[in-house]
Amino acid sequence: MRVCKILSQNSEIKVTEKGYAYTPGLKIKKSIMIKKIRRLPVTGKVLVKIGDNVDFLSTVAEAMVPGEPHVINVATKLGIPRESLLKYMKKVEGEEVKKDEKIAGYTAFFGLWNNWLTSPTDGYIERISDISGQIIIREKPILVDVKAYIRGQVVELLENEGAIIETKASLVQGIFGIGGEKHGEIMLAAEDLTSYLTEDLITSNCKGKIIVGGACVTKDAFLKAVEMGVSGIVTGGINDIELKELLGYEIGVAITGQEDIGTTLIITEGFGEISMNPKTIELFKYFEGKIAAINGTTQIRAGVMRPEIIIPHELEVEKGVDELSGGMIKGTPIRVINEPYFGALGRVVSLPVELQKIKTESKVRVVEIELDEGKRIILPRANVEIIET
Amino acid sequence: MSRKIEDMRYILVTDVGSTTTKARLFKNQDGDWRFLVAGEAPTTVEAPYEDVTMGVRNAVREVEELTGLRILSVDGSYIEEPYNGKVGVDCYCTTSSAGGGLQMMVTGVVKKMTAESANRAALGAGAIVMDVLSIDDGRRAYEKIRHIRNIRPDMILMAGGTDGGTISHVVSIAEYIQSADPTPRLGVAYQLPIVYAGNKFARKNISNILGDTFSIIFVDNIRPILEVEETEPARRAIHEVFMEHVMSHAPGYLNLMKWTDIDIMPTPAGEGIAMQLIAEIYKQNVLGVGLGGATTNVYSIVDGRFNRSVSANLGMSYSITNVMKEAGIDNIMRWIPFDIEEGRLRNIIRNKMIRPTVIPQTIDGLIIEHAVAREALRLGLVHHKTIATRLKGVRGEKAITRGITTQDMMDTYIDMMQIDIIVGTGGLLSHAPRRVQSLILLADGFQLEGVTAVFQDSVFMMPHLGLLSTIYRDAAWSIFEKDCLLRLGCIIAPKGIAKSGDRVMEVKIEIDDGSVLNESLKWGEIKKIDLAEGQTAKATINPSKHFDIGNGDGKTLVTSVDGGIVGILLDGRGRPLTFSDDKNERKQELLGWFKTLKMYPEDSIEGV
Repeated sequence: MRVCKILSQNSEIKVTEKGYAYTPGLKIKKSIMIKKIRRLPVTGKVLVKIGDNVDFLSTVAEAMVPGEPHVINVATKLGIPRESLLKYMKKVEGEEVKKDEKIAGYTAFFGLWNNWLTSPTDGYIERISDISGQIIIREKPILVDVKAYIRGQVVELLENEGAIIETKASLVQGIFGIGGEKHGEIMLAAEDLTSYLTEDLITSNCKGKIIVGGACVTKDAFLKAVEMGVSGIVTGGINDIELKELLGYEIGVAITGQEDIGTTLIITEGFGEISMNPKTIELFKYFEGKIAAINGTTQIRAGVMRPEIIIPHELEVEKGVDELSGGMIKGTPIRVINEPYFGALGRVVSLPVELQKIKTESKVRVVEIELDEGKRIILPRANVEIIET
Repeated sequence: MSRKIEDMRYILVTDVGSTTTKARLFKNQDGDWRFLVAGEAPTTVEAPYEDVTMGVRNAVREVEELTGLRILSVDGSYIEEPYNGKVGVDCYCTTSSAGGGLQMMVTGVVKKMTAESANRAALGAGAIVMDVLSIDDGRRAYEKIRHIRNIRPDMILMAGGTDGGTISHVVSIAEYIQSADPTPRLGVAYQLPIVYAGNKFARKNISNILGDTFSIIFVDNIRPILEVEETEPARRAIHEVFMEHVMSHAPGYLNLMKWTDIDIMPTPAGEGIAMQLIAEIYKQNVLGVGLGGATTNVYSIVDGRFNRSVSANLGMSYSITNVMKEAGIDNIMRWIPFDIEEGRLRNIIRNKMIRPTVIPQTIDGLIIEHAVAREALRLGLVHHKTIATRLKGVRGEKAITRGITTQDMMDTYIDMMQIDIIVGTGGLLSHAPRRVQSLILLADGFQLEGVTAVFQDSVFMMPHLGLLSTIYRDAAWSIFEKDCLLRLGCIIAPKGIAKSGDRVMEVKIEIDDGSVLNESLKWGEIKKIDLAEGQTAKATINPSKHFDIGNGDGKTLVTSVDGGIVGILLDGRGRPLTFSDDKNERKQELLGWFKTLKMYPEDSIEGV
């Protein structure tokens, strides 16, 4: 990194040409190649082959996962020594059992005293232990599958696990979401996408669709969307107090996606009323009527996952748009991500090297920004994110 | 490390945290090791980067930029070693908690005995314990199996049974694990490691049941007899497995391991070593806290016994909304002296969770963060007290943690009145704009009692120095004393409650320069006395009849107190700390404390 000096506002400020301390921005891409890994939770059978065209609900792979285990301490229940367990077992490891079938026990006093244990379930004997005195009966395996999730083509197989699906698509990453994978037609809730998404904007026409709303979705609007069978809602924000009421509980750590709420919700900006980034709005307007895949799964830490909207299409892929941004330089478009300028857009003017004192009296690395409205401000580098282009 | 410390010029240590990678450069200045400069950058263990060395490089580049010393090779692919008079450093090492740190499941036979010991051993080794499983944990067997299957730990620590005791229970646990067949968190390509520290006579059975599926490491029993808890062999094995199995599978760590001169250490382990060093040097009871973005680690060294707890979901960024959930919004709002709607406060806290690296830019934002921090500290200590307990299941009157101490029959042995020194570290405390802020956060969050000295990590380098002390103890302590440990001062806080207008204590302070101060405190008052770092005073404290300063209700205590950057705080707010039920009175109370202590710029809270 080269450090140089420039003159700014009549004072000498030492600046760098490139800044490394920044928050990576969320992706808003009009046309890129997207690959999705579709993998089973356990090994199983892959049902597709390379070159296959798949749709949102095509099954890619399936597997049998072990059923529920039932642990029975046979020695205790029968009142026998653990080491004698095998003598009293009527079944061996691996053998199938039916519900209520005798599995262990004995008859004494010429048949007058019967002490038998029966199986609580259909399944098979997984383990017999004459050390712990317990047995494990495993219920029959359950079939699980993995869907393609997006419309595209199979480009790679993952042996016994799944496949990689590729498609040309538009991608919008949200900042937070709830609810899992869905798909549906993109529908704009209103002409003006900068205000609240309210109940009256959700009608029977919204069924099965992905509704793109404004700066904030209300609880009543979301509940109506669930009632109408809306696949998903994408909006700038939501008030946390309403999210808590919707879910019936408070989210502690940000690991979501498993909520059973019927409609998937993705917020693109943050909590509260925050207008969507104009670029995001423009993109949704362009693709209104197209079918998209949506997933609210969010994990902020340890394997970070952001919610996403993927709109498969046939447009040409834009070159170089999927490269990782290397850092901030003069002219880099940014968005402010903390109070008091939360949501404001602008461009980097300079990156002073020296730590600067902000209102809280903290000394931090800063960036000088010119907001779109023309005002110049100095902010902590940590409080801006790069708008990926 | 075979190089002599006196021949070295620069040492670079990083900590790859969950949010930020922090580089610290130390310099040998004519035989005196000092902290030189810090560089920080976002950690890059997560997507889209998934290469931890990128964040390390960025943090080191900041150091380079600020010092003019080139440390990285020209192409940035390694760290130049040794220092050749122009470029490079003589030693590089790092701690790490990124990507979730070391995540473990522990098992034992009895919840309050071997499972508790296993939990302590894992925590002491720097792990985040995802679950503690035992025969009597209240879950049915199938629930245990399902749970083991669903969590994906980095490794499992198994304890259970005394040597020569029954083996059937520990075998049962092994059968549950075998039936669940859990997969490791970082990749399915290697066998999940299990450290077995249970009944040594069950080893063959354990091997028969788990040997084909798991990588088992046998170590000495953690509870060879009920009266003894021996965690060291398990702790050592956990560290070895952490390096061999876990770190080598995390994104970019294989490269990072090539850069370092010694093994990578979990951040909390480094922090724990630093806390122990303080207790060892000062020969006093220490309570320490690492208030991080994702976790809150609390360390105690009481009468020589070390314990660590990690509250995995209490933190100031990733986990900040969990603090809100666990503490309750009202408990956070009680620390805020201005009007703010609950909805707005919730949104602000949520937005910090989804963008964890942002920092407060306004005084209101800072006060909100401090409110949450007090609650994170309070909850962290509550958790710690459940870990720092005496050995249970002991028939005799004495329980021994081998080579260390005896304890009484109380559940927790943490008594705030017996704590001599409090040490705070972590981004929020270390970067607090005014030092008095971190002192009062620790005092309020932990509700300090009696006479307690308060230390703080200056620029967050305790994990760095803890790690460094394992190879260069004297150099590490030199930096520790001169550049890391800030003596904030001392707090005098009697225990008890009273009502408005009641007298709490009279304090006579005789400073070593000959000056004498007499102070009288009424209920709810707080006062600050300037006593500079290096100065000592004799304090004669006369509490009122319902207040205890360490000798019992109303009993006088004469003690020596050390000064610091903040000075001596006389706290007449009583313990436990209570607030007025009236909203406006509470706000005025808070503002009064803030103003008296000059916690925030006067003009910023004037109009509140």
